[in-house]
Amino acid sequence: MESAEVDELVEAARSGDHGAFEELVRQTYTDTYTLALRLVGDEEDARDVVQETYLRVHKGLKKFRGEARFSTWLHRITANCANTYLGRRGRHQHEPLPEEPVVASVQSADDPEESVRVRGLRDELSLAVHALPPKLRAVLVLRDVYGLPHNEIAEQLEITESAAKVRLHRARKRLREQLYPLGHEEQVRAM
Amino acid sequence: MQCETVSLQLAEVADGLEKLPAHSAEHVKSCLRCQAELAQYRKLLRALMALRDRRLVPDDYLLDEILDVLRPPASVHLLHRRGRRTAYLGGLAAATAAGAAGAIVIAAKLAQGRQRLAS
Repeated sequence: MESAEVDELVEAARSGDHGAFEELVRQTYTDTYTLALRLVGDEEDARDVVQETYLRVHKGLKKFRGEARFSTWLHRITANCANTYLGRRGRHQHEPLPEEPVVASVQSADDPEESVRVRGLRDELSLAVHALPPKLRAVLVLRDVYGLPHNEIAEQLEITESAAKVRLHRARKRLREQLYPLGHEEQVRAM
Repeated sequence: MQCETVSLQLAEVADGLEKLPAHSAEHVKSCLRCQAELAQYRKLLRALMALRDRRLVPDDYLLDEILDVLRPPASVHLLHRRGRRTAYLGGLAAATAAGAAGAIVIAAKLAQGRQRLAS
């Protein structure tokens, strides 16, 4: 998503160009939706989170000074909105994951068999991530998928940094146990 | 050193940002089970990182919904004005139609009355 074009749009939007802001939305909303859906786990909820996110971005854009990348700033706001949304709804049940339509995937087409195998693993991983409790899932997605630092995650989710770390380790452990159910000896042989 | 003790630490150090305590690291060096577990964590983290490139597509309406929410107050006002105007004209048309229908009904009843009187 990050490009010189986005930077230019951000600059223009900051100076009040509404057309530039709309273009910025056009260029970023799929990524924002992707993160929102991964955090809240439900399409309708993700749509609400995305709308709320852009409202906050619109209000706060003048305060954005470019110290972080725009995409990082957008991720933070999305995470915060998703957290607020989940808290407000108080809904923590797990719903079946809708089929994930893939738009763009960095995938080598050199080896079709390998390609299919990797795609299968990714689907399995997406399902496993979705099945995590929202509190664990949010930390895992923000840290291990989007690379946000622990202190940022703690701030956006309104928890302590140590709580964020504990949740992350629990989430990783659950995922590993789910995705690698074989005995250890078999795993060693398989590798 | 028990594998169970080290196992709890492996999830924390898999991303390489933190290090295992020296005694745990010594254990892992000589334990195939813990080595396998650490390898699984690393594989898992690579796969999670790769998910970032995978974008989920919303339907076509989401963009319009976002832009509607963000529309400047002036155009929202204009839309509201347009909406009110449409509602006003619609109401006027409905009232006219109702009036015309009422007039037809009354005229028909009067005609029926005259026929009865004549017969």
